[in-house]
Amino acid sequence: MTTMRQAFIKTVNEEIENDPRIAVVTAVISSNEFPQENERVVDVGIREQTMVGVAGGLALAGLRPVVHSYAPFLVERPYEQIKLDIGHQDVGAVFVSIGASYDDPVWGRTHQSPGDVALFDTLPGWTVHVPGHPDEVTPLLRQALKDDNRVYVRLSLHENSQAYPVGEGFTALRHGKRGVVLAVGPMLDRVLKAVDSENADVTVLYAATIRPFDSDGLRKAVEETDHADVMVVEPYLEGTSSHLISEALQLIPHRVRCIGVKRHAELRNYGTAEDHDAAHDLDVVGLGSAVRSFFRG
Amino acid sequence: MTGDEKHEWAAASTIDVLWVLYDRVLNVTPATVDDPDRDRFLLSKGHGPMAYYAVLAEKGFIDESTLDDWTSWDSPLGQHPDRVLVNGVEISSGSLGHGLPIAVGTALGQRVGKSRGRTFVLVGDGELDEGSNHEAIAVAARLGVANLTAIVIDNQSAMYGWPGGIASRFAVEGWQTAEIDGRDHEAIFAALTAPHDRPYAVVAKIEKSH
Repeated sequence: MTTMRQAFIKTVNEEIENDPRIAVVTAVISSNEFPQENERVVDVGIREQTMVGVAGGLALAGLRPVVHSYAPFLVERPYEQIKLDIGHQDVGAVFVSIGASYDDPVWGRTHQSPGDVALFDTLPGWTVHVPGHPDEVTPLLRQALKDDNRVYVRLSLHENSQAYPVGEGFTALRHGKRGVVLAVGPMLDRVLKAVDSENADVTVLYAATIRPFDSDGLRKAVEETDHADVMVVEPYLEGTSSHLISEALQLIPHRVRCIGVKRHAELRNYGTAEDHDAAHDLDVVGLGSAVRSFFRG
Repeated sequence: MTGDEKHEWAAASTIDVLWVLYDRVLNVTPATVDDPDRDRFLLSKGHGPMAYYAVLAEKGFIDESTLDDWTSWDSPLGQHPDRVLVNGVEISSGSLGHGLPIAVGTALGQRVGKSRGRTFVLVGDGELDEGSNHEAIAVAARLGVANLTAIVIDNQSAMYGWPGGIASRFAVEGWQTAEIDGRDHEAIFAALTAPHDRPYAVVAKIEKSH
């Protein structure tokens, strides 16, 4: 079984042989997975600020850097470098993280990054992919490597049982009249199970690409229902996309329920990702309860 | 003068190095700002850019008339340079500690692209307080980016100074180093054109003003 991380490494290693623009910049994590003999593969050691700065310089010199690390070390620690060395220089790069919100919670809070997508939301011009299956990683990544824009690819150990075609916009997997549920990346399977368990007559949209936000797709789905009730289920900080939902539906009286990693307290427990899902009501039971209460009546 | 009086000293400290760079060292002209083989100059210490703008104007990268209303709403010239707005400016800077890591990347990119171009980056001794510089100093040496020159304007601005000297911080990581009088144009020219087969740090000392 191929993981998202393995799909990422395989794709980059194939593409770097074919495209002389592509470079890889790492800070130790995963560095041995890339061809060491290639002068466009750079490991800067445990120096995340310089990892991003070097990537910015490579981009200024005309290369297409892939920057990779564990999510908190890729996004949170060098956040100002992302803002200035990439964004403010007006250059592009492909940032690829592993670890997600709490893929491996035995490492504790230092290795959890539920706020990564919210941080990217503070910066203009970033495309954000949240694939839900390893087979979605390769097409998303191949396109990102061809482009010149700023891209964040959030990989996770959590995945759905099947892949869906990726591209621009949300994919409608079910059509219902009671409202719309938008499931992001690896939340899809659990959303579908929760909806089934509650016999909820809702439209289910799937997003492997959450930025740019498919406002037209959401609006169209809402207009086809009898109730402008929207639930968004994201595998990162709850409410991350709420402002975009409000903006998309500004001319339609609507209700929104945002579900994700809870904001109210810092969870200091270790355990498993499943334990954390349960604590954040991101398991099927918690999602079923949310579906039942939100789409009641 | 429009508003940057507190950074006048920063500008006065860099003016001689900037002039020698653009007048005698850098292989770049207004016509070659997109040439992959050009030399790249990165002003990491974006503070006090008046000297930088003046040199760019003198060398024809920007229109001299733009100097008159700098920092105004419509001006491309701000208290910190913006590469998107100013022809010939290689990086947007202002927040300290960004230029040297970026310079390692541009120098690497030049090397990978088989470019004849070199990268020069100017930092301040106070700016070296930022830890990101020390990440980059180590990485540049390990990666052997010999086409990189860091110029440190040492106007004694670092809060706690640099015991042992600034050059030693670079040398211990494997950089070639030189120390010069930052007002002596011939010394500046000689240092910036000296051959080196590893990253090179030139510490340009400026007497503290009183």
